[in-house]
Amino acid sequence: MTNEAIPNLAAFDESALDQAFAALERQARAAAATLDGEAAVEAFRLEWLGRKQGRLNDVSGRWLKAAPPEAKKLLGQRFNALKAVVEALLDEATGAGPTDAALAAEAIDITLPGTRRLTGAEHPITRTLNEIVSVFAALGYSVGVGPEVETDYYNFESMNFPPGHPARDTQDTLVVANQERRSQRDRLLLRTHTSPVQMRTMEQQPPPVRIVIPGKVHRNDAQDATHSPIFHQVEGLCVDTNITFSDLKGTLDHAMKALFGSAVKTRFFPSFFPFTEPSADVQISCIFCGGKGCRKCKNSGWIELLGCGMVDPAVFAFAAEKQPTYDSKKISGFAFGMGVERIAMMKYGISEIGSLYAGDMRFLNQFV
Amino acid sequence: MNILTKWLRSYLPALPVDDAQLAEALTLRGIAVEGIYDLGEGNGSLYEMDITTNRVDAMNHYGVAREAAAIYGLELPELVFELPEFRPPGQDFPVRIEAEDACGRFTARVLRGVAIADSRDWFPGAEVSTYFGLLQQKCISNAVDATNFAWLAMGQPTHAFDLDKIEGGILVRRAIKGEKLKTLDGVERTLDPEDLVVADHVKALALAGVMGGWDTMITPATTNVLVEAAWFDPVAVRRTARRHGLHTDASHRFERGADFNAAPVASAIVCSVLLANGGHIEGDLVDVRIPAAEARTAARQPIALALSEVHRILGATVKKEGITAATVEGVLTALGCGLAELAKTAEFAELAKTAGSARDEGAAWLVTLPSWRLDLEREIDLIEEVARVYGYNGFANTLPAFGEGVRALPWAEAETAVRRTLLSAGFHEAIASTFCSAAEAALTAPQPGMVVPLGNPLSEEAGVLRPSLVPGMLAMVAGNLNRDVSDVRLFELGTVFSGTTEKVEERPSLSFGAVGSLPEQGALHPTRAIEFQDVKGVVEQVLARFQARAVYFDRFPAEAGITPAWLHPYRAARVAVDGATVGWFGQLHPREAAARKLKDPVLVGELYLDRLYKLPLRRPAARDISRFQPVRRDFSLILGENIAWETIDRALAALQIPELVEWRVREVFRDAKLGKGEYSLLMGATFQAPDRTLREEELQGFQAQVVEAVGKVGARLRS
Repeated sequence: MTNEAIPNLAAFDESALDQAFAALERQARAAAATLDGEAAVEAFRLEWLGRKQGRLNDVSGRWLKAAPPEAKKLLGQRFNALKAVVEALLDEATGAGPTDAALAAEAIDITLPGTRRLTGAEHPITRTLNEIVSVFAALGYSVGVGPEVETDYYNFESMNFPPGHPARDTQDTLVVANQERRSQRDRLLLRTHTSPVQMRTMEQQPPPVRIVIPGKVHRNDAQDATHSPIFHQVEGLCVDTNITFSDLKGTLDHAMKALFGSAVKTRFFPSFFPFTEPSADVQISCIFCGGKGCRKCKNSGWIELLGCGMVDPAVFAFAAEKQPTYDSKKISGFAFGMGVERIAMMKYGISEIGSLYAGDMRFLNQFV
Repeated sequence: MNILTKWLRSYLPALPVDDAQLAEALTLRGIAVEGIYDLGEGNGSLYEMDITTNRVDAMNHYGVAREAAAIYGLELPELVFELPEFRPPGQDFPVRIEAEDACGRFTARVLRGVAIADSRDWFPGAEVSTYFGLLQQKCISNAVDATNFAWLAMGQPTHAFDLDKIEGGILVRRAIKGEKLKTLDGVERTLDPEDLVVADHVKALALAGVMGGWDTMITPATTNVLVEAAWFDPVAVRRTARRHGLHTDASHRFERGADFNAAPVASAIVCSVLLANGGHIEGDLVDVRIPAAEARTAARQPIALALSEVHRILGATVKKEGITAATVEGVLTALGCGLAELAKTAEFAELAKTAGSARDEGAAWLVTLPSWRLDLEREIDLIEEVARVYGYNGFANTLPAFGEGVRALPWAEAETAVRRTLLSAGFHEAIASTFCSAAEAALTAPQPGMVVPLGNPLSEEAGVLRPSLVPGMLAMVAGNLNRDVSDVRLFELGTVFSGTTEKVEERPSLSFGAVGSLPEQGALHPTRAIEFQDVKGVVEQVLARFQARAVYFDRFPAEAGITPAWLHPYRAARVAVDGATVGWFGQLHPREAAARKLKDPVLVGELYLDRLYKLPLRRPAARDISRFQPVRRDFSLILGENIAWETIDRALAALQIPELVEWRVREVFRDAKLGKGEYSLLMGATFQAPDRTLREEELQGFQAQVVEAVGKVGARLRS
């Protein structure tokens, strides 16, 4: 694509200039049409626009200098037009980019697996706890916590489990050593439920109260597929004037729908907890079979999920020792509690409760 | 507990539903039927019951029948077992209750000339053989089976003694210290002075309310029988049973409160069944009652119930008419309560004339309580009964109004920030045991000696409350390695405990553990082992979430004894924030690694979050980005091995050149060409001004300052 050297111009009238510039433009277009690859484009750029040997440089050097003053303006216009054409050609050639052959040489194997940055997995218990808590936060519940080592008073007595009461048998308790010589109410134990935080909250705060309490609890239970000496609960407490059993039903029905989907139904039936009266167990329609009956729900169509009830006046009486506004004739309330492990195991299909506490990377990887 | 519907229906022949429907109705009212088993044509079903501990009254056939009668509005006939008219007169059998606090009632009836035999279906209403067969209850003899029959029928424990083995009469008393009694299970027991016993005038015969005695049991040779039906105090029975590690049907019932009025009824059942095979009654039923016990059970005071209170607690129903005075009266009467309407005020009387509903508006009752329902003590208990029998699912779903604001936990946000940092660094969250062994606690407790032991630990390995999250973390890391999972990155956010058995303090803590390769592995690049600096980087990122004035890492000579014993003394760092220790991390001490059979170096650490949570979270604050070009200059330094990076770092910081915006280690290397005990460090420094392009002469001035500063602390430029 070597072009002829720039000839000297004999005449500088308009037609001569037109002719001369048209010839150069033809040459430029012809050269640009054959450009192949980055190197050729660069050579073209140098040939035409190079500062020292470029053809346009030559044009301005030879023609412009030689032109009589009256022709300079016209020549300048023609020159700028040609430069614009050359630059446009160059843009066009550059825009086309490297050729397919050049690109093919850069091929990679896109079927090799992607490099993954491992992100950590939130523990399924944390995840479930947070889900439950946020459902109730949206209903106006604050979050509370309490100590894992509790006194007998908060864990049992103030929750209306009198000393020596058979209901205490249902919660095998791990106790701190050397408590025998202390008064019963001061004895330290590992809380067996999150319910004591109900009392701690009421002692600190007059009604109204709306609180959810996530936490770790312990019982002296043998480990099996569904039992662990360590587990988690979420407790809830709502106290105000005119809180009713139907409010309890509505609140938990809403919460279960928020947690398990709007198609879930709830049903309530009588149960017994020392700290609530009336007490209820709540079942939800089986989330696996939709209530038709399957292995997971033992063909009943229902899954038992939580315990609840109206706060027992005896519990309010304990709270009133420090906050007299807990007068069971004037206020009422409900409380509920659910096992987080059970919900997490159901939601994520976990069959062994022990796997939640083993720290096995293979197990935890599944929750990324 | 199992219930036969055949037996149940014998009390309520008019039950309008089949067994499955009945089971559903009972379950929804708290008398839960867990399983239904068809027993074949004419035999009905067997219900497997799960009844809450407060409802001992319903743990028998008559009790369940009472519930069914309440649900379906049926009349439940009284349980009457006729005794033979023929009774030769005899002296009243001597019975005395000495322990009046523990035994409220004791009935005794003497039967003579009975014939011990196998059980049969004796008469209508006493189909012992059929019912026991269906229940798979072992038949023993007509005497023993008669007491079991009474138990299954109406839930009152009774006992049959061989009368001829009783010397003198019955005395219910506390045991004498060291007194011996061989119980029916064949165990020779030494009694405690707190134990309640049924004794004769010479010896203890039975553990009252718990188990009969061996020596007075019915044998095939027995001809004369004393039938006991009594009421024992719950706490006394519970203590006795506990002390002897016994849990029997009888103790279960007495502990939870038996029916004070049931003794004569149960006695009649036992006697009528036993006498069906011959023999006769001698004398009258001896019935000793303690008025104080009766006053707090069968004769307790009636309680007031107001309909308005029922509505205040229970709220809205699905059906429009809701719970009326008639609902309350119907439910409670069916359950055995007596309702007397309380006189209304003149105002109500006036209302009643004008409005039809006025009766309901002010309705209130004085309710007498059934002797078998000791769980009914207060107005709220009656409200529960109304709700229960009405059916919980008959109540509407309403939501309470909601006013006050929601408060989050003070450190919830900080905990979330810490968790997110660890998660984004690729660590999985784990939850470990709350307990560890005393040895592990001694190794890891930040405050030596302040370890809290358990009184009844699950095992020796779980003997104390964890003072540190490190033992749990090490156990989880080791668990993974033992399962051939070689790349581990875990963290735990949990509570640690310190203190004494008098007072326990709880603090939030963070532990982390890492071993193996960095998981950013692809097909094209090799992996590398995770190392100290990787973990340090995570710690730095965690600390960066908080607003601290000074964060630094330091270490102490091994002999100072400051570094925790679980850490490698030369590969461990203390983390200090604003002058306080907030944690430790580093490589697990090789001695501890060997003890746990861990071959690869394990990186482990703990941060004391209570100290970190005192700091505010760092709030991002934007600054304008300089529009002027930054300039990077590299300095290749040669240093003595004794000069740590920190020295260089501080020297540069001390220069306080505003235009020196950043400096960092680009590379550290050691090679033979360097002098002995020396290493080389490539440092990159970036200069930038917010308001101008730096001129070459300025830059040269800064560079000279840098070289001089590092020179003063012993570094020289590599030529």
